[in-house]
Amino acid sequence: MRRDPAAKGSFLYDPRLRGAVYQIVLLIVIALLAVAFVNNVAENLARNHITSGFGFLHATAGFDISQTLIEYSISTSTYARAFVIGLLNTLLVAGLGILFATVIGFLIGIAQLSANWLIARLARAYVEIVRNIPLLLHLLFWYYAVLKALPDFSDSYPLPGGALINSRGLFLPKPIAQSDVMPILIALGLGIVAALIWRYAAWRHRERVGGRRPIVWPMLAFVIGAPAIAFAVFGLKLDWSLPELGRFNVRGGAEILPEFVALLIALSIYTAAFIAEVVRAGLLSVSPGQTEAAGALGLRRAQVLRLVVIPQAQRVIIPPLTNQYLNLTKNSTLAVAIGYPDLVQIFAGTVLNNTGQAVEVVTLTLAVYLTISLATSAVMNLYQSRIMQVHR
Amino acid sequence: MIARSPAMTENDIVYVRTAPSRALSPPITSVGFIGWLRANLFSSWLNTALTLLTAALIVWLVPPIVRFLFIDAVWSGADREACLATGMQEAGACWAFVHERLSYFIYGSYPVAERWRVNLFFALFAFGSAWMLWLDAPRRGLGALFFFVVLPVTSYVLLTGSTLLGLSPVDTSLWGGWLVTVVVTAVGIVTSMPIGVVLALGRRSSLPVVRFLSVIFIEFVRGVPLVTVLFMASVMLPLFVPPAWSPDKLLRALIGVMLFAAAYQAEVVRAGLEAIPRGQYEAGRALGLGYWKLHGLIVLPQALRVTIPNIVNSIIALFKDTTLVFIAGIFDFLRTIEVARADPKWATPVTSTTGYAFAAVVYFICCYLMARYAASVERRLARADRR
Repeated sequence: MRRDPAAKGSFLYDPRLRGAVYQIVLLIVIALLAVAFVNNVAENLARNHITSGFGFLHATAGFDISQTLIEYSISTSTYARAFVIGLLNTLLVAGLGILFATVIGFLIGIAQLSANWLIARLARAYVEIVRNIPLLLHLLFWYYAVLKALPDFSDSYPLPGGALINSRGLFLPKPIAQSDVMPILIALGLGIVAALIWRYAAWRHRERVGGRRPIVWPMLAFVIGAPAIAFAVFGLKLDWSLPELGRFNVRGGAEILPEFVALLIALSIYTAAFIAEVVRAGLLSVSPGQTEAAGALGLRRAQVLRLVVIPQAQRVIIPPLTNQYLNLTKNSTLAVAIGYPDLVQIFAGTVLNNTGQAVEVVTLTLAVYLTISLATSAVMNLYQSRIMQVHR
Repeated sequence: MIARSPAMTENDIVYVRTAPSRALSPPITSVGFIGWLRANLFSSWLNTALTLLTAALIVWLVPPIVRFLFIDAVWSGADREACLATGMQEAGACWAFVHERLSYFIYGSYPVAERWRVNLFFALFAFGSAWMLWLDAPRRGLGALFFFVVLPVTSYVLLTGSTLLGLSPVDTSLWGGWLVTVVVTAVGIVTSMPIGVVLALGRRSSLPVVRFLSVIFIEFVRGVPLVTVLFMASVMLPLFVPPAWSPDKLLRALIGVMLFAAAYQAEVVRAGLEAIPRGQYEAGRALGLGYWKLHGLIVLPQALRVTIPNIVNSIIALFKDTTLVFIAGIFDFLRTIEVARADPKWATPVTSTTGYAFAAVVYFICCYLMARYAASVERRLARADRR
């Protein structure tokens, strides 16, 4: 803003000067608050004889964790190890939750727009009921009213294939490889790479020549065929460890905690309702003229959806969908209500109680979620700027 | 009809229809109930199969639920004996349990003699919310003053007590149930609105320091889960202040919820601010209004109005999130049900499910009504836009 030198008022009314003064005052207030907080924290910690710093991470943890994806022992593992285990458990439940929520959410979202009155109504009812009930209530219901109400382990309910289910969890047969698994895994990896290359080549071919090449079946053939060939060549001896009823617990097999199952079900069902709304809004954002024009060109219904509607709806769907994925990840912290050993339950719960290092523990926990959120939104911003360029 | 003129021969006879024939009614299969069925449920083989499958699903799911909730339900009884399965009769929902513990679910351990104060608080809150939500209400400015200033002060005095007015003090550790849920929601709304507005304005400010601090706060809080914010509030807050000022459990939870709700409200308000056309700002400045007058008189009234549906939606989210305050060790509505259902006096196989069903119905009704309200305001605003 340029000022007229002739109409020079009091310098008190100079907006730039005022702005500078406001900001300096704000900074001073915040600095004073920060100093007061730091002083108080130092005093309070000194009073409780807690030394600050992250040194405690190297100390032996000495508590048990009910679900460990990597090696962990009570007697030798450190707090740092417990942190990694908690993080992995969080990522496991969030990753699977995202997968299931996406599948259910897309089905329900499309069903909401179905021409079939009954299906549309049922899908609508699902969304309205599920999203208007707090997630914690879903979680408690699945855990205490459903899974914990299953029969005790001595009356385990047998499932087909040798699995058992009881109030202590789901016990699945566990494959134990007696020979080397590596060749088959390598073949699977190569198969996936080959499938992706095939897809890329088919896409290039269509761009250049215009013809269509089959995509789905060859890709499936690569992914399934490569490991199958490896299996035929190298062979694989598998032993199945079946869960058996012992005197006091279930022996053998792979144990899936009821806490994990309850959390996974609750997160998937709850987030699916929100994803269904996102999908519905996205599909509705594509104008009916697009569908009609595609139909007039002679495309079949499935083709209309795949080639015309979805590519346009995608732009509207993906940003809020990512948001829902983030919400699911953040909501997985509700694990603390039922005792699933996620990052918060292990670290902000047990480790905090054992060590009393409140500041360090809470800071580390917040940092993890903040990193996930900020990284995701950075990727989203990148994606959106790309989409915008296409759009213009 | 056959037209005949006087001089007419056999060959002149022609058939001319002079009146339209009676319209045939459409085939019974394309109108009415049957037509509707064919169009909406049985339009193709696939659709028919899906309809039958869905109907089977409904038949499989709904009758057992109805039987559990109503037909087999136990409506009265003094303790668990009433709700146990007896021989042939399967036990349904144990409503006797909910009936007996209802006052605990509403007031927690608030002293029985003082519960009229809680009721008065509920009434005042309902009155204030109705005034704010009814868009054509008279004197809405006064309503805002009541809701954001008078209500909090009165409620604080009423609920915590004041020896000056002859109200005996009630410790917050005795509060519980629906009371805490409403208090947390109300405090969340009342504090997050002004802070949210300030943060939203700060994020759009031309002063870099203000903008930077607002963005940091908003993105930080929105990037972490509420559970960790509540953890932070309950374990770190006491470290930040001298021991003499250490906040009680309820206050810690309230501060956590306040910070969390403010960050989300800020983004909602910012969306409203961004919907205001530039011309409004320019016209305001042309009238010689300064920053605060421009925003207070022209921009914010419009911005908040267009964003009412979003505000209500974020209030719904806040209301559902109040269930997490158990982390700070206080007993909200859901927590009191959790506690009561574990009580040996009522321990039966159906107690948990009954408690959860009751909670689900209560939360559903509240959230659903708020969502309907938000949708109706949205329609109203859309109508105003078209005009």
